[in-house]
Amino acid sequence: MTATHAPPEPGRTRPRARVTGMSPGRLGALLVSPTILVLGLVVAYPMLAALRQSMYGEPGLVNGFVSDEEPYIGLENYTSALFGPSAERFWNAFYNTSFFTVTTVLLETVIGVAMALIMHRAMRGRAMVRASILIPWAIPTAASAVLWGWIFYPDGVANAILPGAPILWTTEGFQAQAAVIIAEVWKTAPFIGLLTLAGLQVIPDEVYEAAKMDGATAWRRFWHVTLPLVKPALLVAVLFRLLDAIRMFDLPYILIGPRKDSVETLSMLVHDEATANLDYGAAAAYAVLLFLYVFAVVFAFVGILGADILGDRAALRRMPVRRRRLLARGGKP
Amino acid sequence: MTDPTTATAASTNREPGRSIRRNLPVYIGIGLIVVYCLAPFYWMAVSSLRRTNDIFEVSLFPSPVSFENYAAVFDPSQGFLRALGNSVVVAGTTTVVALVIAIVAAYALARLDFRFKRLVMTGIIATSMFPVVALVVPLLKLFTAIGWINTYQAMVMPSLSFALPLAVWNLTAFFRQMPAELEQAAMVDGCTQGQAFRRVILPLAAPGVFTTAIIVFVITWNEFLIALTMVNEKSMQTAPVAISKFVGASQFVTPFGSQMAAGVLMTVPLIILVLIFQRRIVAGLSSGGVK
Repeated sequence: MTATHAPPEPGRTRPRARVTGMSPGRLGALLVSPTILVLGLVVAYPMLAALRQSMYGEPGLVNGFVSDEEPYIGLENYTSALFGPSAERFWNAFYNTSFFTVTTVLLETVIGVAMALIMHRAMRGRAMVRASILIPWAIPTAASAVLWGWIFYPDGVANAILPGAPILWTTEGFQAQAAVIIAEVWKTAPFIGLLTLAGLQVIPDEVYEAAKMDGATAWRRFWHVTLPLVKPALLVAVLFRLLDAIRMFDLPYILIGPRKDSVETLSMLVHDEATANLDYGAAAAYAVLLFLYVFAVVFAFVGILGADILGDRAALRRMPVRRRRLLARGGKP
Repeated sequence: MTDPTTATAASTNREPGRSIRRNLPVYIGIGLIVVYCLAPFYWMAVSSLRRTNDIFEVSLFPSPVSFENYAAVFDPSQGFLRALGNSVVVAGTTTVVALVIAIVAAYALARLDFRFKRLVMTGIIATSMFPVVALVVPLLKLFTAIGWINTYQAMVMPSLSFALPLAVWNLTAFFRQMPAELEQAAMVDGCTQGQAFRRVILPLAAPGVFTTAIIVFVITWNEFLIALTMVNEKSMQTAPVAISKFVGASQFVTPFGSQMAAGVLMTVPLIILVLIFQRRIVAGLSSGGVK
């Protein structure tokens, strides 16, 4: 009896007993609590504060007296943004944001998938391609914006290469939007390519061979075999790119500049309202509307296309494929 | 281990004669991809090495090669070195804090069953979808009120809003890939779950932790909006803000040469990191699925 109660290192057993005494449920809750606490502090609290702030106006004259207090104005910031005096600027930013999001993500996906297909077929030089494809990803957006500003300068290299009269890229108009789109796609298409390549690599060759035997053309093999199989990886990549594009700020801000109608995105509008106009209420209202927009896109994407953001469905699907692949290779002489 | 290159190489070896001709389009495609990815960066490097008088030349090589732009960047009046230092502090602190908090959470999410686990996971992924600018507005007001404007913590704290979910996500995917038998064996040998985590899992997970650290560092290093909003003093600017506000000898001439040199300087450390650890980064990016 005494022997069982005499552990060699008494100091070590006590915490062990305590930890084993803790159920996995409580241990789990304990381990995730710092994360929840920090996210509550830096995400949930500001979000709630923004919601509250969006109902307040600018401090100013109240009943003839100068007041430091921000007056409560209910939904006036929202009605002003949607239908009132700020509507024109808001809807312009909304349109720009949507336009940039749709065009850049579409181009990125097409170029990225094409890149992945090429890389997948490359036998040699794959390490070099992978290294070069990571470089646009690693370049800070600020540096890339400055770089593209230099490329698109009136006397810059873009106009030197392109035929015809020089284009004033960074002035208001469609050319400014095109400059933003080109610079954004350059930086992010390789990223989609990389993630799609990872998805392609878990497809067993046997699937293609079977399709080939059944007489499927290259295009049909791509459309009916490759694409459905990379769809889970691709959808998640595209969703995260979409969310990034809706929040676009750095690139148009540095490349073209703030307060330019043709490239002002919702993020730029919020930032300008908060820092230049110091109208926190209006800025918060725009921010809440932007958040609702993001939320709607996620909801639509997950609901309609079935994007698997939590990753557990994909993990389930990937497991047997990988195992099948190992088995198939093991069976080969 | 699961190397798909060997599988594809094996299948083409069956037809050695035709492979080169058949693969010509692939090689052309590879060449196009490399040029597409590298040409703009190459242009930045070439422009940074031109003299101010040659800056508008469009030759592919700088002649003569000049380092005057780099000298201009390092000029103390430009304050770019200080900005690089600020970036190191902000991105480094954010990365360390995010990783320390994320490791334990990711382990719990990958290995333990507890109530509301799905809810917690959904919550963490949802926070990474919040528009940063929406968080910046109330935080700007708060930090102004408590005198945090122009401080490091005013940049680190909001940066955690995207760094932490990203780190948790990447590490959870990484812990999930590790066989559960490892801890079970350790626990059979008398370790508690906590000891199994510290002595068995953590050392084995080091590569995953390291990869996640690099990815988080790169993303935080690139952060612009928070640093722009929370700081209005030049000495506290981070490198991305500094490069966007570069001033030349006269305010009407954009100093493209020194901007390019600064761009090269703030990109090269990342490129070196990426080149050394490219295999792991690609694996980390694709398992995390985020960013």
